[in-house]
Parts: sequence; C-alpha cells; structure tokens
Amino acid sequence: MSDVTSTPVLEVRDLCVRFTTNDGPVYAVNDVAFELGRGQTLGIVGESGSGKSQTMLAMMGLLARNGTATGQVLHHGRNLLGLPQAELNKVRGDRVAMIFQDPMTSLNPYLTVERQMTEVLELHRGIGRREARVRAIRALDDVKIPDAKRRIDFYPHEFSGGMRQRVMIAMALLCEPEVLIADEPTTALDATVQAQIVQLLRELQREHGTAIVMITHDLGVVAGLCDDVLVMYGGRVMEHASADDVFHRPTHPYTRGLLAALPRLDAGAETLRSIPGNPPNMNALPPGCPFSARCRFVQGRCVTTLPMLQHLAPGAPTLRACHRSVADLDAMEATDA
Amino acid sequence: MSASLPIADTAHAGRSPWRDARVRFMRHRAAVASVFILALVALACVVGPMLLPNAYDSVDWNLMSAPPTRAGWHLFGTDELGRDLLVRTLIGGRISLAVGLLATLVSVTIGVVWGAVAGFAGGRVDSVMMRIVDMAYAVPYLLIAILVVTVFGRDILLVVAAIAAFSWLDMARVVRGQTLSIKSREFVEAARAIGVPTWRIIFQHVVPNLMGVVVIYTSIVVPGVILSESVLSFLGLGVQEPMTSWGVLIHDGAAVMGAAPWMILFPAAALSITLYCANFIGDGLRDALDPKDR
Repeated sequence: MSDVTSTPVLEVRDLCVRFTTNDGPVYAVNDVAFELGRGQTLGIVGESGSGKSQTMLAMMGLLARNGTATGQVLHHGRNLLGLPQAELNKVRGDRVAMIFQDPMTSLNPYLTVERQMTEVLELHRGIGRREARVRAIRALDDVKIPDAKRRIDFYPHEFSGGMRQRVMIAMALLCEPEVLIADEPTTALDATVQAQIVQLLRELQREHGTAIVMITHDLGVVAGLCDDVLVMYGGRVMEHASADDVFHRPTHPYTRGLLAALPRLDAGAETLRSIPGNPPNMNALPPGCPFSARCRFVQGRCVTTLPMLQHLAPGAPTLRACHRSVADLDAMEATDA
Repeated sequence: MSASLPIADTAHAGRSPWRDARVRFMRHRAAVASVFILALVALACVVGPMLLPNAYDSVDWNLMSAPPTRAGWHLFGTDELGRDLLVRTLIGGRISLAVGLLATLVSVTIGVVWGAVAGFAGGRVDSVMMRIVDMAYAVPYLLIAILVVTVFGRDILLVVAAIAAFSWLDMARVVRGQTLSIKSREFVEAARAIGVPTWRIIFQHVVPNLMGVVVIYTSIVVPGVILSESVLSFLGLGVQEPMTSWGVLIHDGAAVMGAAPWMILFPAAALSITLYCANFIGDGLRDALDPKDR
C-alpha cells in the first residue's frame, strides 16, 4: 500500500455488518479493514451486492434499522461505531462527509440549494445565515458552478444531473472534511460529466488534502483517481493493493475477471467477456471462498475453507485472499489461452 | 473542464415547486372563482355587520317574522323575535368561519406533527401513536361532544376543541403514510449524513415535502369542520343565544320552514355556498399539487 508516513485519518478494523431478516441473518460485510491517510484515495470496487455500499453506510452510522455493525471505525483513534447519535452528528458532515450515488434524489426538492447548504454551516460551525451564504457561494464557485451567486437561490429541479452532483460535492466539502466518502458519485451521470466530476474531485483533493473513499464499480474512475484499491466480493475483501498493481499485476482471480470484462477498444475483440454466473446469494454463502462458485481456478479446498487475507509475500504491500498462488494462476491462464 | 456548462439560462430567482403549483392552480377557473366568492363571503361577514343599520340582537317590534323587505334594511327578512336576518346571517358566518378556521388550524397542526413523528420514528413509537389514533376513532364523537358541552357549559372554544379533538385523526393517518414514503428517499439519508439531528430532519426536511398532501387534505377538512360546527349547533350545543352561527340559524329556521322559508333559506344558502367553494378550492389544489400530474 502507499506510504504510511503520517497517522491515518481513518482506520477501519474488522468491520462486519449483519442484517437480521426474516430469512435469518445476512452477513453483508465481513472483516473489512483499511486505513486512509491525509490526501489519499481508496477505491472500493466490486459488483452489486458485494457489500461496498453497506461498508460505507456502517461507517457513517446510516445502516438500516435491522443492520448491526461490529468492529472499529477509528477517526483519529476515536471509534465512530456505537457513538451516541448526537456525538455522531458532530462528526458527520463536518469531519467526515458523504456524497451519494444519485444527485437527482439526494437533494430536498422543496428547499433551495442555499437553504440546504447554509444548514450544514449553521449546524457545524454555528455561523449566521448571511455569512453561511457567502461561504456557500464560494463553495459553489469552487466546484465550478457558473453564476453561483444567482444560482444558489435555485431549487434542485432547476439544475442538471451533473450540476446537482457538483452541488452535492460543494455541500460535502463546505466544512472542509478530512474524509469524503463518495458512494458511486458518477454512476448516475453520463460519460462526459463523469470525467468532469472525477477531474473536479482530484483538483479539490489536491487543494484541501481531503482523503477520499471512492465506492465504484467503474474501473475507469479507479484508474483516474485512486491510490489504493480494495476489491470486494460477497462482503469480503478479495484483494487490497495499490491501483497500479491492481491494474498491471492483479493477483486474485476475481480481480482478473473484472479487468478481463472491461471492454477494450484497442484489443479488437468482437465479444464482451464476462465472469460467468451471478453474484452470490448473501443468505447462503458457501463455507469457503465466496467467489468459488464462479472461479475458473477453483479447487476442492476453495469450496470448504475460507482463504485468509494475506500478504502476497512477506513484506509485500499487496493483500490477497486466495488459496492458489499467483504463479499457479499465471500457469493455468497460459494453458487456457 | 469549461466553466460554462449550459443550463436553463433564465433570469429568475429560484422557481419553487410551490410557484409551479400556483400557476397550475390559476388555470383552474372554478377554483379561482371559488377563492373570490369565499373571500367575498368572509369579507361580508367581517365588514357587513358594521355597515348595516341593524344590530344582530336588536328587536324590530314592527316587523316580526317578516319576509325579505327593504323596509328597515331587512333584506333577508326577520326572525320570530324581529331580529334582522341579514345581520344575523353575517354574524353567524363569523362564528362558523372562525370556528372552522380555528378548529382546522388546531387539527392540522396536531395531525401533521403526530403523523410525521409517528411515521418517521417508526417501530414501537409508531405503533403506540397509531393505536392511540385507532382508539380515538372508536370514540363516539357526538356523544362525547354532547357530554363535554353539557358538563362544561356552552363555550365557543369548547366547540372548537371538541371538533379539533376528532378531526386531526384522519390528517395524522394521511401524514404518517406520506412520511413513510418520504423517509426512504435519499435526501433524508443525505441529511443524516450531513449530521442533521432527527427533529430537524422531520421538521425541516420531511414536513415541507408533506405540504402538498397536507394542503389538499386541509381543503377537505375545512368544510367538514364547518359542517361539524353546524351539526353541533343544530343539536343545540353551539354558541349561546343571542349569539348565533349558521348551524343555529338553520336549526331555528327549520322549525318554521313551512311558514317562513326565508329563515332557513338564507343561512342554508350561505353555508352551502361556502362548502361548495371550499370543495372547488380543494379540487383546484389537488390538480395543482398532485404529483401524478408532474
């Protein structure tokens, strides 16, 4: 992983999320751990149902009523899990902020953008409406909303999707949080706007030194923004490595599958490759590796025994959870091809 | 990234969803006309008695049970005691409208707060609060109202309280249902993620989104409440003589309907017009605020 020179802003240890449902308990997130230094970006990738969003919601104390989180989410050494609501409200939106997937629905349609932005400052900074308005306009300028002074009085429906996501970002950054959690911030936007938003996040990060947790299933976004990548499947971490390693030296069959499934313009392939099968049923996970049912390299042990998340080699930064060695994978892929 | 992405470039300050609704409401002719008529009725009730020469409780000894006549400005006639019916209808309108507005205000406030809190809190709080509503539903409302008025005596505020105490129930149910659906919207989660306390989420973020439904439903409550006041008055539980209300006037007029039809005709017409208008306005509001139309 990246250099750990400073103490981490955010450290997650053994995070588990369990939901109590009518069909019995569902273990949505299991033993997720990572740390995040100032100005770093961590990408969390995985397909739908891999537990990436629930990981973030658990960190923010936003789990649904039937969900419980265990483990630790340390913000400067203080555990956010189990913190009383009032204490948590002081951290949320101030030190740790979040932006959501769909900018169309995450702004209140009946309040002006101004009201929604000034509320954040009033809550966390205790400053008056007029001063808050000035700062909010500055924040909108920062995310490059033209004519912010006038547009701040608009209602959300008067903005386009990309503009609304900018508003959300401006709102999240109002209090200059140390950590910004972005839950698929570009998924609902079209491709050109996506690129603009990623670019914007990168610029803002450089200016403010914000650490970003980027949840996405878009590997392009990962490549453009992230230092480290956490690959999740079935609620577990499959691989945790630097973005560079994930793209050039993926060590886990699932990561390799994801990369192979990327449509490429240069390779000239006629068909899209996919990982066969469906995401696992979270109600009935196999006792072994959650990916075993779809893995091309599966062996007996994979189905019965859960592979531990281990360093690739002693002292190597890459962590992987697979019974097969990388050399095995390479050899088998070579014979397949 | 260019600094000028195209978005609608119109020179306006934010156009609220309310403004759009107002524009739609203005297109509903019957509703707009009703607003005017209702305003006229209200204005007449407030100002009329001050301009007319007769007092609502003074007796014209020369004209008792007189049909409408220009003599002595008894345009609506007089009642059996020789009191001017026009002024009495207007004064009665004051009471009826005031009771209607006050009871509506109280019941809407209670209903919205109750329903929003129950719906947003969910779980056990919700169950307990809604079971209380269910129990209140089961109470025979007229019986209680009669009991209360008999025990504590006739008092206009008591009438208001009696009506309000029962008319907030429907509002609470409607608001709760709406809150449940709004609660799961993403902006509520976003507000949580910003660190907005629960109470503030309810009243700052959820309630404004309820207003469409509340306004529409209020337009249904208003006529119901005015009618309730009339029913109570008709049963002799309303205001004390010589003060009057439309219900009281209709009650008195009904007794002599055959001999002196004007005594019931005018107050009944006033009440009907008001109720019609209220219903048309409700209709217009529904068209203007119904999300299905958007």
